[in-house]
Amino acid sequence: MIEVKNVEKSFGGTKVLKGVSTVFETGKTNLIIGQSGSGKTVLLKSLLGIHTPEVGTISFDGRIYSDLTPDEKRELRTEIGMVFQGSALFDSMTVAENVGFPLKMFTNNSKSETKDRVDFVLKRVNLIDAHHKLPSEISGGMQKRVAIARAIVNNPKYLFCDEPNSGLDPNTSILIDNLIKEITEEYNITTVINSHDMNSVMEIGENILFLKNGLKAWQGTKEEIFRTDNEAIVEFVYSSNLFKKVREAYLKG
Amino acid sequence: MLIRYLSQIGKYFLMWKEIFNKPTKWSVMKGLIFKEIDDLIIGSLGIVAFISFFVGGVVAIQTALNLTNPLIPKYLIGYATRQSIILEFAPTFISIIMAGKVGSFITSSIGTMRVTEQIDALEVMGVNSLNYLVFPKLIALLLYPFVIGISMFLGIFGGFIASVYGGFGNSSDFIDGLQIDFIPFHITYAFIKTLIFALLLATIPSFHGYFMKGGALEVGKASTVSFVWTSVTIILMNYILTQLLLT
Repeated sequence: MIEVKNVEKSFGGTKVLKGVSTVFETGKTNLIIGQSGSGKTVLLKSLLGIHTPEVGTISFDGRIYSDLTPDEKRELRTEIGMVFQGSALFDSMTVAENVGFPLKMFTNNSKSETKDRVDFVLKRVNLIDAHHKLPSEISGGMQKRVAIARAIVNNPKYLFCDEPNSGLDPNTSILIDNLIKEITEEYNITTVINSHDMNSVMEIGENILFLKNGLKAWQGTKEEIFRTDNEAIVEFVYSSNLFKKVREAYLKG
Repeated sequence: MLIRYLSQIGKYFLMWKEIFNKPTKWSVMKGLIFKEIDDLIIGSLGIVAFISFFVGGVVAIQTALNLTNPLIPKYLIGYATRQSIILEFAPTFISIIMAGKVGSFITSSIGTMRVTEQIDALEVMGVNSLNYLVFPKLIALLLYPFVIGISMFLGIFGGFIASVYGGFGNSSDFIDGLQIDFIPFHITYAFIKTLIFALLLATIPSFHGYFMKGGALEVGKASTVSFVWTSVTIILMNYILTQLLLT
């Protein structure tokens, strides 16, 4: 479980996060949604330790990040898996080397143990045939799956995904969403996804945090989105006619 | 403006500290060092050999063409070639060329990793990205004096070929010139300079790549800025070291 308490963060005098408090639950797909500039990415980067909040605390299962020593912070980071928006695969390494990288860096596994684990996770993301390919030789969807494989190879406790569906076609997006959801449940990890994609919200949003102008404007489940009267979330989610009709149909039963 | 420069210089020295912090596992680092030796040292030998040989030849020809007085001995061609190559051409001129070749490569490769979030990925995993990326380059470039040694040999050899086969003097005059008034400390001086330039070649381009902001266009700009600053620093250090070691 990740607990965010009253987090504030500014850049050059502009306050981007204005006191956000929330809880991201274990074993659930937690989504952060909001318009561009609402503070989603800053919140995610604060969770990752890339940004340091000026006010407030972030705790990982009771461990307050700002109170940890540099070594403890590095130790905690080995418990984190991250899927970047652009996948961030190491372009000089093959798919298998990318996936095996955290094992090579942080475990004393033998070569065969590493290979077995890499095979296992690549099989889990349906990429067993892509071992020797370079990231530049595979599609965007496959790159995302490699990034997910790399993020989970070291059995993380926390999985963060920044816009995992950006640039993907609808079918591949659904595949990636379902894969993240399955992995979250299978390994009982705390997953936090930063997303713009309303299909993802409706597909896998078990705990949705809606940010507006750096503040928590709403939090709930995907089912609650249909019933809520909160103007901010209704305006954001139902900005497309398709979702308006879906909501009307849902409310009519 | 001044504050910005001072802040950048401070950041550069803090980077040095971080390079040695929290080292990467030796089994991983070993592979990275060999890869950097291949990219930065072995990969530069061809261009260094080519330039050294021909510039050595040109130095010999120009010296010969300026020796119009028959009272000036012909061995001066070998002497001038040796002094120019060992004292300045090999350590300094080749380092400026390396600032363009190796420096741009380092800045653009690290800069691209920054732009594509690969450095963020390393940091999020708990890897000290500065140690992982810069330390192997630093160690690989400790072999840079060998490159300069080869450059010295080929520069003088180029001078010999140009002088003898260009009809400017005979081989014994040239070899006499190489041996006359030889001061062994000049070789030490050249290698001290080379070693310091190697450290600059590894770290200044890394600094510009690592701390760059923006996209693909900025990677190109960072490479250019990195070349300018590496060259300027090499030239300044050359002056300071010459003042300290030869006077």
